[in-house]
Amino acid sequence: MHHAHKEIEIVACHTLSIIVDNEAGVLAKVIGLFSGRGYNIENLTVAPVDIEGTESRITVVTKGTPHVIEQIKAQLDRLVPVHRVGDLTENGPHVERELALVKVHCENAQQQAALRIAEAFRAKIVDSSFDSYIFEVTGKSDKITAFVQLMQDAGLVEVVRTGVAALTRGSKAL
Amino acid sequence: MSNKEFSGAEIIINSLVDLDVEVIFGYPGGAVLPIYDALFKQDKIRHILVRHEQAAVHAAEGYARSTGKVGVVLVTSGPGATNAVTGLTDAMLDSIPIICIAGQVPAHLIGSDAFQEADTVGITRHCTKHNYLVRNVDTLSKTIHEAFYVATNGRPGPVVIDVPKDVQIYTSKDIHSGVVKHRSYRPEAKGDIDQIKQAVTLLAGAKKPIFYTGGGVINSGPAAAQLLREMVQLIGAPITSTLMGLGAYPASDKQFLGMLGMHGTYEANNAMHDCDVMVCVGARFDDRVTGRLDAFSPNSKKIHIDIDRSSINKTVRVDVPIVGDVAHVLEDMLKVWKATILEQGSHSYDDWWAQIEQWRSRDCLKYKSMDDVIMPQYALERLQELTKDKDVYFTTEVGQHQMWAAQYLKLEKPNRWMTSGGLGTMGYGFPAAIGVQIAHKDALVIDVAGEASIQMNIQELSTAAQYDLPVKIFILNNEYMGMVRQWQELNHGARYSESYSESLPDFVALAKAYGAHGIVVDKPADIDGAIKEMIETDGLVVVDCRVAKFANCFPMVPSGAAHNDMIMPDDDEEIKEFEGGSALV
Repeated sequence: MHHAHKEIEIVACHTLSIIVDNEAGVLAKVIGLFSGRGYNIENLTVAPVDIEGTESRITVVTKGTPHVIEQIKAQLDRLVPVHRVGDLTENGPHVERELALVKVHCENAQQQAALRIAEAFRAKIVDSSFDSYIFEVTGKSDKITAFVQLMQDAGLVEVVRTGVAALTRGSKAL
Repeated sequence: MSNKEFSGAEIIINSLVDLDVEVIFGYPGGAVLPIYDALFKQDKIRHILVRHEQAAVHAAEGYARSTGKVGVVLVTSGPGATNAVTGLTDAMLDSIPIICIAGQVPAHLIGSDAFQEADTVGITRHCTKHNYLVRNVDTLSKTIHEAFYVATNGRPGPVVIDVPKDVQIYTSKDIHSGVVKHRSYRPEAKGDIDQIKQAVTLLAGAKKPIFYTGGGVINSGPAAAQLLREMVQLIGAPITSTLMGLGAYPASDKQFLGMLGMHGTYEANNAMHDCDVMVCVGARFDDRVTGRLDAFSPNSKKIHIDIDRSSINKTVRVDVPIVGDVAHVLEDMLKVWKATILEQGSHSYDDWWAQIEQWRSRDCLKYKSMDDVIMPQYALERLQELTKDKDVYFTTEVGQHQMWAAQYLKLEKPNRWMTSGGLGTMGYGFPAAIGVQIAHKDALVIDVAGEASIQMNIQELSTAAQYDLPVKIFILNNEYMGMVRQWQELNHGARYSESYSESLPDFVALAKAYGAHGIVVDKPADIDGAIKEMIETDGLVVVDCRVAKFANCFPMVPSGAAHNDMIMPDDDEEIKEFEGGSALV
């Protein structure tokens, strides 16, 4: 006798924006909520965003069924230092950007390939030595992932990614 | 700003006085000596010295739950704070407003593994509603006031304020008074009126409605319980309650079906399963209530009133969510009902009540009585009968005795029932009873205990003795961790692994050792005499009530079963195990 409520739920990525008091421990509180309740964090960025430095904006990309995403938002919302929680994925069109620094060690043959890929991805050279480059590449996460994958064969050494920064399109704030 | 400078320790005490705190429960230590010194020099706040910090928090919980006020705790750094963690988690799960002030090593030593240093804010981050580390004495007064606001507004909970020892000594003129709101935390008390109207319409169309109420009604205050009573009686619907909500609606009323859930009554669980409209008021569809989720009340529309949005749709999907404080929402619901439904009338529930009466006639709480052995159910029935004319405050420990107490005691008023619901903390009841007795000096306060649970905070006999607290500890002694033993019988082939209470103390002699009165009783014929002696004795009493060793607590919804699939006391057949049941809690 199974309950009719059992709907098929699709797991999807959601980008959440969380405005919090910029105080000690708030990031630990937010991250702890995810680990403690078994939610995913695909990636995360955080920095103060107002002039006085009293508010920080956390952007979390998380994955779950619509029901789990609803719970995550409600659980975040009840944390005392959390001011607002927005679901950019649900709120409509939004801009997402991530920045990566990608270091490659190039033998002669690879150098042209690396530079050609970098140009195609509009990556900037931010450091260069006799046999290496560091590229700065910005874009949606899948673009960065594609760039990093291509660089594997061009002498990839290491990568650092910032995680996603995102804002809703149009004139309104969160 | 005041003209005078106060030390951090003085600011703490003055702020507590300003916030109408009369009692704090605590234990001194190196990192709180300045605060204890400030306590020594004043006479407005009474300090109750416990014997273990866990007990301080439970006592503060008992105080809070029986008064509706905030319970305040004071502990030292390191072990003082870590000992408090179980109590804080208990208060978190049961939504009890607690302020716990903890000493910390001086700010410049934080992070150096100093003596009695623990990362208190780190450790308590997820077992408190909020916590603070106060690094600047100028923010201390504001922080304490704000902590009270946070602990009591929205869904209540424990708040820790960690105060380094140097901050207790530095001075400041920055003094706050009255309510200090948090800069952004603003929980909504009023429910959305459109949702409320929708709820009323849904309820008015019901043929088989039920109210399912919880601790949120009690937390909301006496007005909420009053409004609930008015609403339920006006509508004429049946009502059941969670463990946490007992007393919010008078148990003796004919519309009350008793507790629901794992050890709930046959009529309550069946009515929940078969209802067509369920009104959940300040409860949270806990796993003890729902049983197997996909079989929970499959054909009902559900209305859920809760102050915490995250409680809504957490496990059970509801049709009409209303986020708000119970009293506010019920008040609006009543207004709407009276304005729109009352005249046109709602459905007759005669058929529904006839069905419920049929379930009731199953008499699910009956048990086989014995001439030579005290059945635990009988002991509680007699306790109920012999105390029914008094305004009694009951606390419990955790286990079989707790469930029997919930089944057999008839709680008539809110704030009279203190039990560890969410966390299920053995050792809760006795310190909680101490907190209740501190708040209600002349009341009859009874801790219904088991012989295993009581030993988890039995050192508090010393506290009760010190303050002449006439708490009555009523131990249902079956020489087993009864609920563990019952689960081992049902799920683990009756292999009673480590659940026998070996080497029990002589509880009468133990009582005597603390200057209390001890009573032992082991014959059904003597139980009334023992209970009367307990009630009539001035002062602390320990009753060692020797009960049947292998009694089980029924009805029971076994793990993995649907909530209307109960093991009944008179079931003779072999009890079947439910798929995956032994892996569930």
